[in-house]
Amino acid sequence: MNRLTVERSLGLAQLQDGGRFGVRHLGVTQGGALDWIAMGWANWMLGNVPTACALEIPMGGVTLRCESDTTLALAGADLSVTLDEQAIAPWRSFPVQRGQRLEFNSPFSGVRAYLAAPGGFRAPRVLGSASTVTRESLGGLDGSGQALRRDDCLEFESLASSPRTMPEQHIPAYGHAVRLELIPGAQIAGFTGESLFRAFNHPWRIDPRSDRMGVRLSGKPLRYTGAPLISEGIPLGAVQVPPDGQPIVLMNDRQTIGGYPRLGALTPASVARLAQCATDDNVWLTAVGQGKVREEMIELLDMWDSGMPS
Amino acid sequence: MKLHIERAAVDTLMIRLFDRIEEGNMPWLLAASQQLRRQFGDQLIDLVPSYTTLMLHYDLRQLDEITARQLITTALAGLQPLPPEHAGREHEIAVWYDISVGPDLERLSGLTGLSVSQVIALHSDHEYQVFALGFAPGFAYMGLLDERLAAPRLATPRKRVPAGSVAIAERQTAAYPLASPGGWNLVGRTPAPLFDRNRDGYSMLRPGDRVRFVPVEHAEFVRLGGDDTPVSGDA
Repeated sequence: MNRLTVERSLGLAQLQDGGRFGVRHLGVTQGGALDWIAMGWANWMLGNVPTACALEIPMGGVTLRCESDTTLALAGADLSVTLDEQAIAPWRSFPVQRGQRLEFNSPFSGVRAYLAAPGGFRAPRVLGSASTVTRESLGGLDGSGQALRRDDCLEFESLASSPRTMPEQHIPAYGHAVRLELIPGAQIAGFTGESLFRAFNHPWRIDPRSDRMGVRLSGKPLRYTGAPLISEGIPLGAVQVPPDGQPIVLMNDRQTIGGYPRLGALTPASVARLAQCATDDNVWLTAVGQGKVREEMIELLDMWDSGMPS
Repeated sequence: MKLHIERAAVDTLMIRLFDRIEEGNMPWLLAASQQLRRQFGDQLIDLVPSYTTLMLHYDLRQLDEITARQLITTALAGLQPLPPEHAGREHEIAVWYDISVGPDLERLSGLTGLSVSQVIALHSDHEYQVFALGFAPGFAYMGLLDERLAAPRLATPRKRVPAGSVAIAERQTAAYPLASPGGWNLVGRTPAPLFDRNRDGYSMLRPGDRVRFVPVEHAEFVRLGGDDTPVSGDA
C-alpha cells in the first residue's frame, strides 16, 4: 500500500469523490468535488474512474510527505505546488519518491487543486460515497466528516499502467472575467424585465461569503414579483435570489430543499468553472439550451470512459 | 391534484402536484414517488419530495429530457393516493419538555398567552405529518401545528442547537438530528436517534410518516439515553 502523510493542513482540504446519491430525500446533501471536471481529468491521467476519491485542496496551505515511490496526478488550480522545492505545474502526472515533500502554497490561478492517486485514496463509503461533508458528519478519511488533519495518512494502490498525458486542448485558462452558462428555470418569468436585462447584461462579482454550499454574487439587486414559493428540491447550480436581490449559486453541499425563487440552474460545467473563481472575479450569466449542454456532457463522460482524448 | 412538469436543470425536472401545503397532499406525493421509482428504475439518480412537489434527477446519459417527461406522464397516469395504512409509518417520539432543554417554552407562553403546560399539551396532543426532509440529514418538517401555537422563528438564530432538540416555527415542528445552528423555538428534547448512518434506511422519519410526541419525565428521558445538558445561554 502506498502512503502520503499530512504534515500540514489548514483544515480546508478534503477527500471528495463524485458525490452522494440516492439519499437526498432524507435531507442528505449531494457533496462531491466542486470542480468535477478537474478531478475527472486528474483521475483520468492515472487510469482511474473519473469519480475516484481525490483530494480537493482550496487555496493551499497543505504539505504532504510521500512514504513510497509512486505516481500522482494534479489538475485544477495552480497553487504554486512544489515537490522538494521543484515547481510542479497542474494538469500533469508526476513521479514522487519516498521522503519527498509535496507543498501546496498559494493560488497563482484558480482556487481548487485536485490531487489524484492510483486507484483513488482509500476511504470508507458512507451512504455510498467518501465525500466529506463536515456539517453532516459524513465521509472523509474515517467516515465522520473531518477535513484533512495533520498526521492523517492517505493510502492508495500502485499504478496499474503507465500514466496518460493530459490533452492540451482540454486544459482551461482561469481568467478573472468568466462566462457562466445558465439553463433558465420556470420561475424566471417572475422576475421583472429590468431585472432579467441586468441579470444577463451586467457582470456579477464573486462575494467573499462563498463556500461549498453556495457562491454569492453581488451586483445591482434583482427583483422577483412572482408568487412566493413553497420549499422544494434544489438542483445543483441553482441560481436562487433571496429578498435582498443578490443571487446565490447553490453548489454541491447545498441544503436539499429551499424556498427562494430561481433564475434557473448553471450547467454542471459552469458549476465546475465557478469553483475556480476567486473573490472579486467577475462573472457573466448567459442563457443556454438544455439539449446542447446534455450533448457536451455526454461527450466528455464518453471520452473519459473510452480513455481516449478527442 | 394536477400535473405540471418544469425544467429545473440539465438533468432535473420539477413535478408540481399541488399549490398549497395540506396534510392531504402526502398520500398523493407518496404514491407518485413509488410509481416514479418503479418507472425510472436505475435511470433515477434522486427523487426529492417536498410539500407540493417532487424533484426528479435522472441519469442524462441514459435519458433525454423528452423521454424523461414521457416516463413521468406514464408513471402518474391514473394515480390514486396511497390508502392511510400504506401512507408512511407511525412513530411515537418521547420528549422531555423542560425549560432547561426547551428554553423557548416561556417565550412561546408569552407570545401565545397560553401557560407552559398548555403549550406542552397542545404540542403533544396531535398527530403530525412529515412533509419533507431537508436542512440536515433526517431533519423532518412536520405539521400542521395548532394555530394557537404558531410562533415566528427567533430574530437571531442560536449558533448551536443540541441534537435531539424539539422545536416550533410558524405552524411546523421538527427535531434536530444533529447539533447545528438553528432559529426555531426550542420546547424540549428527545432521546430518539433520528439519523444513524449505520441503521438500515438511515433516517427514522420519512416524508408521509405520522408522528406523535409523548411527554416523558426526566428520569425516563435519561433512561432512554437522553443527554440532559441544558441549552447554554450564550450559544
